Amino acid sequence: MTLSINNGTERKDLVQVNNLVTYFPVRSGILQRTVAWVQAVDNVSFTIRQGETLGLVGESGCGKTTVGRSILRLVEPTSGSVIFDGSNVIALQRKELKKLRREMQIIFQDPYASLDPRVPIGASVMEGLNIHKIGSQQERNELMIQTLRKVGLEDYHARRYPHEFSGGQRQRIGIARALALRPKFIICDEPVSALDVSIQSQVLNILKDLQADFNLTYLFIAHNLSVVEHISDRVAVMYLGKIVELTTRDTLFKMPLHPYTQALLSAIPIADPSLKRKRTILKGDVPSPLHPPSGCRFHPRCPIAQPNCSIDEPQLREIRPGHQVACHYAEGFLK
Amino acid sequence: MSENPQVPLLDVKNLKTYFYTEDGVVRAVDGIDLHVYPGEIVGLVGESGCGKSVTSLSIMRLISTPGRIDAGEIFFDGIDLMTLSESEMRNIRGNSISMIFQQPQTSLNPMFTAGDQIAEVLRIHERIENKDSWSAAVDLLRLVGIPDPERRAKSYPHELSGGQAQRVMIAIALALSPQLLIADEPTTALDVTIQAQILDLLRGLQEKFRTAIILITHDLGVIAEMAQRVAVMYAGKIVEKANVMPLFNQALHPYTQGLIGSIPVLGKIKDRLEVIPGSVPNLINLPQGCRFAARCRARLEFKLEICSSQEPDLIEIIPDHLIRCWLYQNIAGHQAPLASSTK
Repeated sequence: MTLSINNGTERKDLVQVNNLVTYFPVRSGILQRTVAWVQAVDNVSFTIRQGETLGLVGESGCGKTTVGRSILRLVEPTSGSVIFDGSNVIALQRKELKKLRREMQIIFQDPYASLDPRVPIGASVMEGLNIHKIGSQQERNELMIQTLRKVGLEDYHARRYPHEFSGGQRQRIGIARALALRPKFIICDEPVSALDVSIQSQVLNILKDLQADFNLTYLFIAHNLSVVEHISDRVAVMYLGKIVELTTRDTLFKMPLHPYTQALLSAIPIADPSLKRKRTILKGDVPSPLHPPSGCRFHPRCPIAQPNCSIDEPQLREIRPGHQVACHYAEGFLK
Repeated sequence: MSENPQVPLLDVKNLKTYFYTEDGVVRAVDGIDLHVYPGEIVGLVGESGCGKSVTSLSIMRLISTPGRIDAGEIFFDGIDLMTLSESEMRNIRGNSISMIFQQPQTSLNPMFTAGDQIAEVLRIHERIENKDSWSAAVDLLRLVGIPDPERRAKSYPHELSGGQAQRVMIAIALALSPQLLIADEPTTALDVTIQAQILDLLRGLQEKFRTAIILITHDLGVIAEMAQRVAVMYAGKIVEKANVMPLFNQALHPYTQGLIGSIPVLGKIKDRLEVIPGSVPNLINLPQGCRFAARCRARLEFKLEICSSQEPDLIEIIPDHLIRCWLYQNIAGHQAPLASSTK
């Protein structure tokens, strides 16, 4: 399962997601019977290599957050497997899962909502160390202080409460919490989208530095493609619960082969007024994952849809080495 | 700006809007000059808390306690809005100036259908009959690109997607053909493909009806694609004002430079992003001197001491390009770059 990527180094797969399906039941009536399923994640497979950043992009409701949470089993997947460092996360018992969670951490979008207002941030950062009973009290304390320094905070900040921090600082605290256990893998779920632009860059730079320092592997979930391009090695694009395209960053942004990716890229306003681009403006809204369209889920909005697109569902297939696309007509974009 | 033969549609002079809170006076907008010509799009850009939204609410005179417009003139079509009575002002709102907001879903009344809410505007302001106002509402929905407008007019806000709700808001805002539309973060809550639809719609309407637009956003990408002229705000003041090309190609204010350098731009991969150290000052206890001084690299580089004691003015350094920064002024011991054209 190893492929050579940039600069030819072979890296092993740290996370393998195979045919992951996560449906949420919709209950209704007095008996709360399940009347329908929200198909949040529908048969998603990908791998993340040791030390790389895989970007996962898509619009709201496409299932990108659910993929992240299913990997950590913060929501229970309906089926599929997640192999982390050799063991199947989905099949693990509670105790083993707890052990494994030391290695896998998550950073959330909203640094305001993800910190307990009554707990000083030092204790917050130490919480994971206590739960996993790492070292003595003294050692935990030292580890906490070290971690705070790593994310650009000062020692005295440990005694302060969340409300005393700005949004950017709180996100650093969120990072410190994830980092305290020295995990191998961190899921970053929209870590900068609640922050002002000048603060965004501080946090993105910290994430890059930490990756280099600790050989971290990231799954970077975001809707902002410019941010994803900046930080990722490879990128997966999701639409309505499916991955529609997955390839290296440079290929995805220079030569996207799925019509959705192409439209997504052309829709982003670029901070360069001298650039004049041809826009593909998609018609309509994203359909509900409760009743996804038949065949290719993108066909009602697709500019190149053919009659069979509403019947046959395209599979994610490798069109060129290292470039997977789920579109019947992707070859047409190869020049 | 110099030698423009046109008369501005909107001319805001020295606007000051303060909020009198228990903790002290928040100087949210502290002496803003801004003008808009008929039919142009002016971008107002800045980070949260810089006063860009308060500026727009002040223009509409929608500031309520503890806030107060403490000084300034707001000339619209030659009339100073500050001198109007509340009922005269109500006539201006909607008829001449209207506004759309960031959260379209919360700006619409959940109890009434989209069609009702558009028709209401027409009935109140234009005094047209019920039946006619409904068909006019349907026409407006068609104009803003709502598919199947006859049916959609009967939808309640919760039945609309975010993009559709924003289209309904735009239809309400345009119902009375205003000369000026203030769009406050109109696409921030929307997905990128929907954002592209709404921006395209706004641009089309501006071209078709020559509606002037003040576009308020934190997104420099949106500014670059939409605006002709741009004002950059920081902590209640405009720090740089220029046409859109020079602003991006030759930003002069250290804050604007930092802002442009700190965003990742699609297709231009940088290894590291620039960082503006620190964070925005507290608007209650503003530092003496330039409000950006504490975060400014240029101040250190050029060893300018004046920055932390005296506030610079907004000065036209090159034609149509105004900067509020000591760096571009000749002061004791400092030769300003671009000084030959300094006034």
